[in-house]
Amino acid sequence: MTALFQHWGLPFEWAWFVSTIIGILVIALPLMLAVAMIIYADRKIWAAMALRRGPNVVGPFGLLQSFADGLKVFLQETIVPAAANKGLFLLAPIITFTVALIGWAVIPFAPGVVLADINIGLLYILAASSIGVYGVIIAGWASNSKYPFYSALRAAAQMVSYEVSIGFVLITVVLWTGSFNMSAIIEGQRAHVLGFINGYGFNPLLFPMAVVFLISAMAETARAPFDLTEAESELVAGYQTEYSSMAFALYWLGEYANVILMCGLNAILFWGGWLPPVDWAPLYMVPGIVWFFAKLFFFFFVFSWVKATVPRYRYDQLMRLGWKVFLPLSLFWVFLISGWLMLTRYGV
Amino acid sequence: MNLGHLVKSFTLWEFVKAHWLTLKYFFKAKATINYPFEKNPLSPRFRGEHALRRYPNGEERCIACKLCEAVCPAQAITIEAEPRDDGSRRTTRYDIDMTKCIFCGFCQEACPVDAIVEGPNFEYSTETREELIYDKAKLLSNGDRWEPALAANLAADAPYR
Repeated sequence: MTALFQHWGLPFEWAWFVSTIIGILVIALPLMLAVAMIIYADRKIWAAMALRRGPNVVGPFGLLQSFADGLKVFLQETIVPAAANKGLFLLAPIITFTVALIGWAVIPFAPGVVLADINIGLLYILAASSIGVYGVIIAGWASNSKYPFYSALRAAAQMVSYEVSIGFVLITVVLWTGSFNMSAIIEGQRAHVLGFINGYGFNPLLFPMAVVFLISAMAETARAPFDLTEAESELVAGYQTEYSSMAFALYWLGEYANVILMCGLNAILFWGGWLPPVDWAPLYMVPGIVWFFAKLFFFFFVFSWVKATVPRYRYDQLMRLGWKVFLPLSLFWVFLISGWLMLTRYGV
Repeated sequence: MNLGHLVKSFTLWEFVKAHWLTLKYFFKAKATINYPFEKNPLSPRFRGEHALRRYPNGEERCIACKLCEAVCPAQAITIEAEPRDDGSRRTTRYDIDMTKCIFCGFCQEACPVDAIVEGPNFEYSTETREELIYDKAKLLSNGDRWEPALAANLAADAPYR
């Protein structure tokens, strides 16, 4: 696209700038739409598993429910508590929302379709998701209210704990691929198992890490059963307690944008991204973006499925799982994978 | 911790079982009805919104005996009465505070002429509290509106009284 704008007479810098802006819009706007629909899907899946109907009145099958909710929230008043630190209070949701979006810059949707094809894509995602916790901490502190503050402390500890094991899980993938580039990671999965199955997750050595990553991703995005940060029976609504109107909506959108980012990461890192599950020519007739979104939605279904099934963890159980199970397990697996690769690929 | 327990916890066996169960529920028929469009059947004894009934000739049934007012445990009913021009005893005021009412049905049990009844209607939510303080005109209009259903319910329940 840069070349096209250059052809139309713009200097390279401006052509690059304009085409990048267009690329951001092309990703971010459909993403917002996708978030609205995924919230609807979440509610429907959750309802179906509880034998309820879920939203079904606004629009056909309730498809417009999220937009109705959005409109309602948009018309509400933004209340800033008198004791709150006003600047930080309003900054926090913006941070959460922005950080939830910037991760998408390195997600490859199809071969070559990626906004920033950088060589440290995976590190960038890790960094972005680490910044995400600031939105929560700042919200909890700036609200100047006890429940948001507890919630922020919990969120900080939880996200940091699970990022450790996520880091080790990613290391196993990176060891196997030999690259931090997301597209290279996907390409590395082509015909990975038995010469015709695409995806590290089908490799018995890496499958446990895929499971650990899935569970850690749920903890990282504070989804049920790890949604202690907004455990309503203890903390009202957690760090969002004092928020209303669009500030609340930004958290809401950011949270779900994060969730689908994590679903996308699951699809990319372990299940072949835009590759079909089997390396078989007719399956390549389906565009890569369809495979990617199909996998992404499957993992979103799993997220909702878990939310509908597993009761919330106690805080000490959460910490135990993070530090005493996942950390040693993933650390051991890093050694295991390195050893295996030394034996089979590089020679001792 | 024995070996079986270890294997179970590392294969997440409990979780697999739980998720299989919820997946089965996912495809089951819904337990909830599609409320505004579908409604559950109601018993003839259902105690919903109040109504004051009339005789078929249009004369109101209430004779201002005030038994309902006396029996009402929530003291939601207020009645004032005086003889009408033709000498019959009628209410000049018959108010029910629906925000006080506990829907016990004692008023309709007490009524000797089946004038005050609790009908099948339960969809009368309002936007203000004031609208829930029913006066005689409102109760009589409820009676006119629901008369077929009220008469059918009373007839259906009559053998048991």
